[in-house]
Amino acid sequence: MVYLAALAILLVSAFWRLDPLSFSVVHRLGLTNFQILWRESVYRKIAVRTVGISAGVTITDVLLAFPLAYYAARLAGSRLKAAILLSVTLPLWSSYLVRIYAWRLILDRQGLVNWTLHKLHLASVDISFTNWAIWIAFTYLWLPFVFFPIYASLERIPGSFLEASSDMGAKWPMTLRRVILPLALPGIVAGSIFSFSLTLGDYITPTTVGNTQFIGNVVYNNVLGVASNQPFGAAFALVPVAVMAIYLLAARRVGAFEAL
Amino acid sequence: MRGKRSILAALSAAALVGAACGGGGGGGGSGGPKVLQSIGPGEGQLNLVAWIGYTEDGSTDPKSDWVHPFEQQTGCKVNVKYGDTSDAMVNLMRQGGGTSYDGVSASGDATDRLIAHGDVAPINVNLIDGWKGFLPTLQSPPHNTKNGVHYGVSYMYGANILMYNKDKVSPAPSSWSVIFDSSSPYAGKGMAYGGAIYIADAALYLKTHRPELGITNPYELTQPQLNAAIDLLKQQKPLIKKYWTSATDEINLFTSGDAVVGAAWPYQVSILTTQKPPVPVDGIIPSEGATGWADTWMMSSHAQHPNCMYKWMQWASTPAVQAQVAEFYGATPSNTQSCAIIEKDLGADAAAPYHCGDDSFVKQLYLWRTPLADCGNGKNDCIDYSIWEQKFTEVIGG
Repeated sequence: MVYLAALAILLVSAFWRLDPLSFSVVHRLGLTNFQILWRESVYRKIAVRTVGISAGVTITDVLLAFPLAYYAARLAGSRLKAAILLSVTLPLWSSYLVRIYAWRLILDRQGLVNWTLHKLHLASVDISFTNWAIWIAFTYLWLPFVFFPIYASLERIPGSFLEASSDMGAKWPMTLRRVILPLALPGIVAGSIFSFSLTLGDYITPTTVGNTQFIGNVVYNNVLGVASNQPFGAAFALVPVAVMAIYLLAARRVGAFEAL
Repeated sequence: MRGKRSILAALSAAALVGAACGGGGGGGGSGGPKVLQSIGPGEGQLNLVAWIGYTEDGSTDPKSDWVHPFEQQTGCKVNVKYGDTSDAMVNLMRQGGGTSYDGVSASGDATDRLIAHGDVAPINVNLIDGWKGFLPTLQSPPHNTKNGVHYGVSYMYGANILMYNKDKVSPAPSSWSVIFDSSSPYAGKGMAYGGAIYIADAALYLKTHRPELGITNPYELTQPQLNAAIDLLKQQKPLIKKYWTSATDEINLFTSGDAVVGAAWPYQVSILTTQKPPVPVDGIIPSEGATGWADTWMMSSHAQHPNCMYKWMQWASTPAVQAQVAEFYGATPSNTQSCAIIEKDLGADAAAPYHCGDDSFVKQLYLWRTPLADCGNGKNDCIDYSIWEQKFTEVIGG
């Protein structure tokens, strides 16, 4: 109830505006904020960057998590399986901030990556504080959240299905495409909801390991930080809300919520 | 504040009304706003918003501690929230209707906004003993005194300097061009300040390097001048490894070697050269000059612990504390009686860069202040700060 009320105020305040002289909020409905959002190309750029990196992170996480989850769910012995599950959950025991700062140290000029490359007599890479660094950090952060739904959906597939598929002459790629993937799809979509929405709403990682702004940074600056234009922040915050609404509706169509 | 008195007069008149309604405190003065007439017993607590390095309690360096002695003397337990930018500080002071924090170390770009909005209370400077020893320019400067009414007491001032790693940057730079010129050999290893007020640094650079733009004051920019500054910042972007908003961020990048040159405060130089292992940095004021800040302790008009805040302002203005802060931070103190202490502690040579008690030094800096539309030419054609912020988002987010 409290949450819904807060959301409603967010929705309404997006249509208010800030008086430029007194810096106080004018409680009159209007489209000023949305006009600025539409007119200034920088906000479109930030929105596209945020959604783009969210999508990139999600795809990478699914590509990494699926083979690992498949191995853990169907091929590994019980001890190996336990080891995999433990190693995936282990990072969750430490604070989110600790993990971000760890990546900052790993990627910086004299960090682990460049140290290793140097020892191997390879050229050093300079990706600290770039969008690549953001992509890597996010992919790492959300991997467990993508892994588990996929793991659960793969484990649920009865072995007899795969045997039936092969008995009827289907080769492994055909079984993967026609049997496993359709049955695992709800799990994949459920996991992707986590990685996509978590990236979409994050504002700490982009400025800590990167040097750019996400939607969340602009919102933060407007609500708590630099610009103190709360109505404008609310208006921009509706963009990820809308993106997620569309995403969730699409996910429901493929039955992702049954896998949760 | 050079000749834009009309709007400020209007703003401060509005502030007076607000402050007079909201101000607590003792008996009334003679017609002016109500201010405290004497400092009562402390309330046991004091909540401050401060720049990092301004309220050291010995946790950075055991020798630099001017918070614990204050607590022992007054019984006011000090809680500090660091503000990264002036904008963040203004916001924090408005939290909880102004009751969350008792006071703030505000720079000149925040003081005007706090006064105009009625966030801060008039101060009776007669209760602040150290005030009489202040540099005349900083006793009643336009950024904290309106129509003879004081809204705070000056603290430290200094320049936004160019910091560089002496091992990695040679020859030593003498111009801001090392972080503005696209041919700089240190591309990708520079740092710039991540607040909209940094536009003034770009404008100051253009004042020298593109005189045809006619920039006279980096806080009074017309649309074409602002556009030129924004273009310069966009062109600067590839040179910048990271925009910093917290001083700690810049210290980290200079320590890791990701950055070797950047806009900085004296605080960063102080930490980097004394940490273990130290980083060999130096800070200079380049040939184009520098922007700067003159900070003021201000009291919230809804302060919950006004007596403790007065006690703090009094404490912070004493020559001994001012000298201690200045030596730790690398800033220049307002109280000229602290100059002798600094010279005694550091020796004449090391004390020289402080320009302590030197009125011409503070006058040569372009001190941070809030850009307004009215810049005194009667045409109202300057660009105000809300546009600066929007434009700066284009630089950082673009």
